[in-house]
Amino acid sequence: MTVTDAAAEQTADAVASALEVDHVESHLHPVSSFDLADHPMPTGREEIWRFTPLKRLAGALDDAPDDTDALTVETIGDASYVVGTLAPGQHPRGAALVPDDRASALASRHAPEAVHVRVPADTELDEPIGHRLTGAAGKRSHRHTVIEAGTHSRATYVLDHRGSGVHAGNVEVVVGDGADLTVVTLQDWDDDAVHVGTHEAVVGRDARYRHIAVTFGGSVVRTSSNVHYAGPGGDAELLGLYFADAGQHFEHRLFVDHNAPRTKSNVVYKGALQGERARTVWIGNVLIRKVAEGIETYEENRNLVLTDGCQADSVPNLEIETGEIEGAGHASATARFDDEQLFYLRSRGVSDEESRRLVLHGFFQDLIRKIGLPELEEKLTAAVEDELARNVAGKVL
Amino acid sequence: MSTLQITDLQVSVDTEDGPKEILKGVTLTIDSGETHAIMGPNGSGKSTLAYSIAGHPKYTITGGSVTLDGEDVLAMSVDERARAGLFLAMQYPVEVPGVSVANFLRTAKTAIDGEAPKLRTWVKDVNGALEKLNLDSSFSARSVNEGFSGGEKKRHEIAQLELLDPKVAILDETDSGLDIDALKVVSEGVNRFREREGKGVLLITHYTRILRYIQPDRVHVFVDGKVAESGGPELADKLEAEGYESYLGASV
Ligand SMILES: Nc1ncnc2c1ncn2[C@@H]1O[C@H](COP(=O)(O)OP(=O)(O)OP(=O)(O)O)[C@@H](O)[C@H]1O
Ligand SMILES: [Mg+2]
Repeated sequence: MTVTDAAAEQTADAVASALEVDHVESHLHPVSSFDLADHPMPTGREEIWRFTPLKRLAGALDDAPDDTDALTVETIGDASYVVGTLAPGQHPRGAALVPDDRASALASRHAPEAVHVRVPADTELDEPIGHRLTGAAGKRSHRHTVIEAGTHSRATYVLDHRGSGVHAGNVEVVVGDGADLTVVTLQDWDDDAVHVGTHEAVVGRDARYRHIAVTFGGSVVRTSSNVHYAGPGGDAELLGLYFADAGQHFEHRLFVDHNAPRTKSNVVYKGALQGERARTVWIGNVLIRKVAEGIETYEENRNLVLTDGCQADSVPNLEIETGEIEGAGHASATARFDDEQLFYLRSRGVSDEESRRLVLHGFFQDLIRKIGLPELEEKLTAAVEDELARNVAGKVL
Repeated sequence: MSTLQITDLQVSVDTEDGPKEILKGVTLTIDSGETHAIMGPNGSGKSTLAYSIAGHPKYTITGGSVTLDGEDVLAMSVDERARAGLFLAMQYPVEVPGVSVANFLRTAKTAIDGEAPKLRTWVKDVNGALEKLNLDSSFSARSVNEGFSGGEKKRHEIAQLELLDPKVAILDETDSGLDIDALKVVSEGVNRFREREGKGVLLITHYTRILRYIQPDRVHVFVDGKVAESGGPELADKLEAEGYESYLGASV
């Protein structure tokens, strides 16, 4: 589906108001503020919270500090790029991320020392760097990470979440002009974990930012991955894979704010659902501001529903305030296994179960192979295989 | 020695107006070493016959039997049929995004043989099979049938035939949509398969063209869900000259 004139007309009001004031009155713009008072406890009726099972958040939105020993942190790769900590307001903390929901405000408030990762200008890292976070059962943790990619640097940062507990995490990303940064966030939590997170990136002039979210585990995982631009020519690619099992709620919220001309965004999320009350939510918000002439955006969400009793919500939102764009489109589809694909594989002797696994493998692989970083592709493929082996083997689908 | 025996097969499909009978009693015996051509007009039920033997869930068997070496094929699941030695080259091969040809072929071969093929020889076999069908080795890394041209899909089906080595192959209009060079390449592949010991082929086609390259032992004219006439290769010449008209008239 591509944007039609009808969609453009609907935004005519928004265009008019944007001419008068700088601030765009849009539900794509919740209040941004560090002050917790600006983010009252949600009731569930708010647009940004209406899909989230608030009762199951296990106090993730309560205003309370970290429990002791709530999080074990290990460094992945070369630790020398973890350069120190940042207090609230200490540059570049706050350069990209101003909390726009309560979870993010809490993560900021209760993380007095943000972890500062910095890749110097013109530095190219061949190996990924990152952190592995392991949550302790029944404990609450907050974290704020600032990743700064210097101009013309190239790096991959991996944030690996596992274990249990209740975690609120902010990741603030500043991609310098001409830099090429990939951020991978893995959510492979235990079945009882709760995770609310905001990843906010500002993409510099002619920079390239890739954000890859992989969610396989947790009770409730809700991530908001946002992008805006510091200048023209920035290119953002937001990719996601998820596999929700019985009772799991995985919510991926995306927001691309095209606030600069000739910027690009490409959002592709693919998910599978299996089991009673497996629930996924995908919200793809794209705002094309008046100044954002010549931009190009595409967003896509595909869900594969493997059993009865699952629910996949998929809500693309496109608000356009200028007609002078290269292209804007979105696609969203939720489907069951394709009988013809299964028949084809089975007619070659492959069992029903293995055919399903193969189709699923392909469903995810189709996205993974577009990443273009062979080592990362291999690791993600292995992670998917592992997830499929654990969850699709031996089950009657 | 193997025998595919189709006896009085009756098949219907579900439509909005209830079940519709398509195969109205098909009887055929294909012994190993034999190639039978089935020729018939559009909509006569040729693909229905092929799919029913392979076990496509869309078709309901309402009567008759199919056996392979005495085993009840209709009681087997789709994959059991393939493992028992049946292969269907499809009229419209299906795209499977994200699954590489190499992965697909290895998985299928492992399933059919009950053990993984030897890595060293397997890669050579795959590349050899692809090459013989004019598919360069880059096809290994591509998604199954995705973005393949019509002709490439058909050649990929025959590459599978050679690699999976079934007892009986059913080829559903493998010739349609092929230019003359591709038709030769595909025919050579089928003929290589036929040269192997004890193979049976059921060649479904709309045109006599392919029968110049693949000599059938028997030709069956298929009209309105059944075999209207059977004969030797000379029957194909008659069809070439006269078309299906005389049969269609008779069936009204
Ligand atoms: N779902 C369906 N609903 C109604 N009719 C159907 C359905 N599926 C198949 N048919 C009909 O069954 C008949 C046989 O179809 P089939 O595909 O077997 O023919 P065919 O001989 O292979 O034709 P072609 O030469 O075009 O490949 C056709 O008339 C077709 O329209
Ligand atoms: Mg047909």
